[in-house]
Amino acid sequence: MEAIQSFLNMGGYAAFVWPAYGATALVLAGLSAMSVVRMRANERALAELRGADDEEDA
Amino acid sequence: MRGFTDTLRRELRLALRQGGDSLLVVMFFVLVVVLFPLGAGPEPGILSRIGAGIIWISALLAAMLSMDRLYQSDFEDGSLELLVLSPAPLEIVVLAKAAAHWLTTGLPLIVASPLLGLLLNLEAEGIGVMLVSLTLGTPALSLVGAIAAALVLGARRGGVLISLLILPLFIPILIFGVGAVDAALLELTYRPQLMVLGALLLLAAALSPWAAAAAVRQAVA
Amino acid sequence: MHRFANPTRFVRLAGRVQPWAAALALLCLGAGLYFALFSSPPDYQQGETVRIMYVHVPAAWMAMFCYVVMAAASASSLIWRHRVADLAAKATAPVGAAFTLLALVTGSLWGKPMWGTWWVWDARLTSVLILFFLYLGYIALQNAFDDPARGARAAAILAVVGVINVPIIKFSVDWWNTLHQPASLTRLDGPAIHSSMLTPLLLMALGYTALYVWLAIIRMRAELAETKIRAIRYRQASGTAPAPQES
Repeated sequence: MEAIQSFLNMGGYAAFVWPAYGATALVLAGLSAMSVVRMRANERALAELRGADDEEDA
Repeated sequence: MRGFTDTLRRELRLALRQGGDSLLVVMFFVLVVVLFPLGAGPEPGILSRIGAGIIWISALLAAMLSMDRLYQSDFEDGSLELLVLSPAPLEIVVLAKAAAHWLTTGLPLIVASPLLGLLLNLEAEGIGVMLVSLTLGTPALSLVGAIAAALVLGARRGGVLISLLILPLFIPILIFGVGAVDAALLELTYRPQLMVLGALLLLAAALSPWAAAAAVRQAVA
Repeated sequence: MHRFANPTRFVRLAGRVQPWAAALALLCLGAGLYFALFSSPPDYQQGETVRIMYVHVPAAWMAMFCYVVMAAASASSLIWRHRVADLAAKATAPVGAAFTLLALVTGSLWGKPMWGTWWVWDARLTSVLILFFLYLGYIALQNAFDDPARGARAAAILAVVGVINVPIIKFSVDWWNTLHQPASLTRLDGPAIHSSMLTPLLLMALGYTALYVWLAIIRMRAELAETKIRAIRYRQASGTAPAPQES
């Protein structure tokens, strides 16, 4: 218990260390999620369009 | 060479006929400088300390605001396409346009700057070096601006966009322009700063016509 | 290099690389975090704040790396008109901007306990800030046109102009900083790097790079699908109505 507490405390610098890691995690995860969502949406929309229009595709 | 002089003459004639534009740019320049004492307080010590920076930043803003004059009207009435198709190399035409831009906006700024130096309590030595640094720096502003102005032709909100593109590229010119004046005011040697400014000007003169010509081509393509 | 310019071949290659990049990113970031937070010692001067270095320094490396990749891709798209190069430049810009932002934020969080203030006009921080504005200008220019092809061409020229300017800006900011050196700073890279610190640093850097590759592939696939959608829509529209004037 004490070990966890001292780990979270970061030698008194918790207010700087954890926000730095948090900001990194937030930005990178957010960017990844947005990219994946956009890719899936676009590829699904493309598949639907191709299904609708039977002529040869682009 | 014919292409250069012809374009330069045409641009200058247009600027003269429309008139007033240069005056507006100078008025903007003076007004921005006048705002600083009102914002930062009128103590002569502070003003003479930051005076060179104020004048240089105001010059950057004035040069930036007048950038759309380079191609905008030619782009709108279609003459830019004719310039691209003309036998004169586009690089030369663009260089002439930048030269005309400097003659109609940079030069008036330089002429107005000693007066502003007096208002800001700059010493005579500093004003002299500032004139030299502006003479070396403002043509480089026009040359770099010629690239960005062509890139934003036809863009949405081009006026705001150009400031985002141009100001980071102006930073080296600002640093060395102000650095020369500050060195002179501290009675240090200011030759290196002026020489770097000269080098930046030569570099801009050598490279920016190519980039600006490429930018104009993609704008009318 | 020209072999990969073909979008179909790119899609096939990307599909093969993508899971490996994701796995490598997860593995390196996981191991890097373990070393960064648990199995590396606190610095004798900076204490536990040195752990910020493991997310900060690689982000600053990636900020530069992404700009160079973006400019190289832009140059090859201008010279050879490679469509894939265009896509790569466009996909890299937001990732590079994100890493630049992270370098600034974590640098500020590191600076507060070390320097006692959130921001110092240190040469390195100032250069990174300017780099961030270069990214923002590039992204803004790309999205400023109704015709996406026009935006891509304009942005490509800007990226090449920018990469020529980056060393000049760096030089002038360094020069400016030696004149206005604020009193006694601990440099962020101050302590001589010990091997126990090098391991997490390199792992995190490798993890960031793998993450970048994965993100770039994902974003390029999204972009590719979007251009195809646009082409199909355009064809459908021009099939029923007279074709719009090409500008």
